[in-house]
Amino acid sequence: MAEVEVQGISKHFGEVRAVDGVNLATAEGEFLVLLGPSGCGKTTLLRMIAGIEEPTRGDILIDKLVVTHLPPRVRNIAMVFQSYALYPHMSVYKNIAFPLRTRGMDKAAIPAKVEWAAAMFGIEKLKHRKPRELSGGERQRVALARAVVREPSVFLLDEPLSNLDAKLRASAREELRQFQRRMGFTTIYVTHDQVEAMGLGDRIVVMNKGRIRQVGPPREIYHFPADTFVATFLGSPPMNLLEYAGTLVGFRPENFLPAEFVSDADGVVTYPFEITYLEDLGAETLVYGNIRERFHTGHVVSRLPGNVNVSIEAGRTYAFAASRRDLRFFDKSTGLRTEGSLP
Amino acid sequence: MKPIRKLAARGALYALILSFASFAVFPFYWMVIASFKTDHDLFNPAANPFLLNEPPTLDHLRLLFFDTHFVTYLVNTFLVGVAVVAITLVTAVPAAYSLARWAKGWGETLGIGIFITYLVPPTILFIPLSRFVSDMGLQESLWSLILVYPTFTIPFCTWLLMGFFKTIPRDIEEQAMVDGLSRLGAMVRVVLPLSVSGLLTIVVFAFTLSMHEFIYALTFISMSVKKTVSIGVPTELVRGDVFRWGPLMAGALIASIPVSVVYTFFLDRFIAGFTMGAVK
Amino acid sequence: MNRVMEGAAAVPAEGARAGVADRQGQLAPLMIAPAIAYIVALIGIPFVMAALYSLSDVTTGDPSIDFVGLHNYREVFYDPVFRTALSNTCLFALASQTLVIILSRILASALMQDFRGKWLARFLIMLPWTAPIALGTIGWLWMLDSIFSPFDWLLRRAGLLGAPGVLLGPMPNLYWLGQSGLAMASVVLVHVWRLLPLATVIQMAGLSSISRDLLEAAAVDGATGWRRTLEITIPLTLPIIGIAFLFGIVFTFTDMTVVYVLTRGGPVHTTQVLSTWTFFRGIEGGDLAQGAAISLFLFPVLAGVASLMLRMARRAEVT
Repeated sequence: MAEVEVQGISKHFGEVRAVDGVNLATAEGEFLVLLGPSGCGKTTLLRMIAGIEEPTRGDILIDKLVVTHLPPRVRNIAMVFQSYALYPHMSVYKNIAFPLRTRGMDKAAIPAKVEWAAAMFGIEKLKHRKPRELSGGERQRVALARAVVREPSVFLLDEPLSNLDAKLRASAREELRQFQRRMGFTTIYVTHDQVEAMGLGDRIVVMNKGRIRQVGPPREIYHFPADTFVATFLGSPPMNLLEYAGTLVGFRPENFLPAEFVSDADGVVTYPFEITYLEDLGAETLVYGNIRERFHTGHVVSRLPGNVNVSIEAGRTYAFAASRRDLRFFDKSTGLRTEGSLP
Repeated sequence: MKPIRKLAARGALYALILSFASFAVFPFYWMVIASFKTDHDLFNPAANPFLLNEPPTLDHLRLLFFDTHFVTYLVNTFLVGVAVVAITLVTAVPAAYSLARWAKGWGETLGIGIFITYLVPPTILFIPLSRFVSDMGLQESLWSLILVYPTFTIPFCTWLLMGFFKTIPRDIEEQAMVDGLSRLGAMVRVVLPLSVSGLLTIVVFAFTLSMHEFIYALTFISMSVKKTVSIGVPTELVRGDVFRWGPLMAGALIASIPVSVVYTFFLDRFIAGFTMGAVK
Repeated sequence: MNRVMEGAAAVPAEGARAGVADRQGQLAPLMIAPAIAYIVALIGIPFVMAALYSLSDVTTGDPSIDFVGLHNYREVFYDPVFRTALSNTCLFALASQTLVIILSRILASALMQDFRGKWLARFLIMLPWTAPIALGTIGWLWMLDSIFSPFDWLLRRAGLLGAPGVLLGPMPNLYWLGQSGLAMASVVLVHVWRLLPLATVIQMAGLSSISRDLLEAAAVDGATGWRRTLEITIPLTLPIIGIAFLFGIVFTFTDMTVVYVLTRGGPVHTTQVLSTWTFFRGIEGGDLAQGAAISLFLFPVLAGVASLMLRMARRAEVT
């Protein structure tokens, strides 16, 4: 197992700064998720760690050894691509055996090793099939088996679940997490899906425009976003942001509820909430509307759990409240989180 | 009414195809029939020339194979073809791969530039090349053809292969690099096995092109035993003014058909190259 | 830096270095170099040499290059045979390719239909292109023979030839390759025969690229057969038709085999083209300088075709 460290790394494609001065270090055996919108540089960063892309500036260290200019083959990393990149001309068995053969492993030892990796993902029966004869889920397993078969020091995954259908994705997520815990590989996982990031990561790295915006455990990222980008990128619907006296006040939709449901020792803020539109999603109801008092940009969303039994209707105004503990404040010009309070 | 109209359309289609096919195939039919006609039948202006009016004869074939250098021409053609294929593969494959994969904007430009050289015809080049060949002492040698033919196989094959390589997903070779291969290794052990059909196309194309070639062979080679089929048959089976039509036709036929069969299988792929991606 | 690795998997391998095989920056030029070298050495340099020859007095007998300015071009240009060759070259190319484009359009639509024996029909129709051109032309030479031509036999049978007072005269034969008009028509015919298959396959590629949805939409909009062809199929396949035409022009324009095998430029130079005239003057006559000058008259047309193709390729890239 190994640590990966990235020091001041940049990658420019012509004028475009895909990655712009990123510093990052994993702990050993950590599951680190790189999260961000498409084009934020997360995949480029991953490819530089893999050695497929060479950085314009900066260094990459694996186990404190500088590997910046080493080719991928000697870095002992494994990578699972979004497309799974199975070798179409080889059987499943040969696909899994491939990294062993390129490393010149003793021929006699290969079958047992392949067997072990295939068993781990329950694909022993598929060994003689070609990749095109496999379902999406099976392909993903083969790709994982091929990645782990040589016991890499670092495990890189580039949106490995995005080609699966929604149902399969949830179970694959769970399996992946369990497998990583069991093997203890240091894992770097790229995704644009916040649900995957929240569910999988020991820590999440939120990136935007080639830079890191925040690094931290999922709960911290969600509840204490470092800036307005993180606050609005995570959460669905995103955090409500309202301007008040030169700062932005933020609160999550699920924390903004009819006043009778909110009570807190730290106190609450209550506003008249003029409802424009209701969206009943079964498990929850999204309530759209405006707070006219105090804020001049007062468009707000509230998320009511499905089991909250209130009768509200569009076109009318109700008293909604948020706990003061759940309020976050951001500097209006920099977007960074600051201290603040509401009267 | 309907079925009759349909039938008429069908009939018209078959008639159309049949007339085009006859036009295309007639010279070859003519070769077949001449190959088996006795000379007496062949040179009788009153006899129906479309039919065998006398029992078929194998005299022409016998003459062709035993009294002429036809077999030598076939062997020469084959040797030149194989050598040209080898040179083409060795130069075009790496060039096409690196142009398709590693070069961004200028790769496409250079690729098109290479393709354009395919349009520079032997007609312009054969005069200086004849001098070049004689300076190298390669006159009357198959080596002159082996050296020169790649000038038209490399440009087109490079272009064709660029198209093939672009269809292979990048992920696969990046995966191969992560799995322990160098860039070169990924190309050789993963990309090439995936391009077998493309490589085969190149082999067939380079071989048929060098077999079809006429001008260079005519210019560089005049010794009978060094000739290829393409020039040997039209120039050597004529004694003075006397055309030995029987053997001539048999030779043309025998040399044409096998390579045509193979070529037909690959035709669509060449067209993909010709149309330069104007068709998706 | 002394670290002991667990297991077989060294993490990452100590002392490992990137070799040439790993570096794209070094590998790319190495891999392109042989092809470029070949093209420069055997196309680029000879091309420049051809230009130099055309300005000199080089012959096979006297290989030293002394420059004589535009003398060869002047000489060549006032030679009536050259003028015939130049106009024939253009005439043969344009006439045969106009025919080829029209016929291939018809043949391509026919071959797009489903019918029995399609593979065989395709194979037979492709034969003129897939067989070596010199050998196919030899077949034509025999068919156009001055005495034994089957066409003459048919015409005689039909009572159009070989008797006093009939349409084509009392002579028993037409002497296809012996009369300048017929000989020129024969050359065009063989070019059509030879290039029709290529143009057909190119046009088929164009036709099959039109999406079925579009044709169905047109049918729904009430467009009938002819209208669909004129307003949808032809405009959409126009770039492809253009490519087929340009290739056809290049192949006929530069071809020497058909004329060389069929007529050797005769009778009396009336079917001479630039390529055969180059060969006769430059190689058989030994006057390399004049030969080069003649061949270079091909260049402007080829350059024009190349630039048209480049424009098309660029347009294809954009879409």
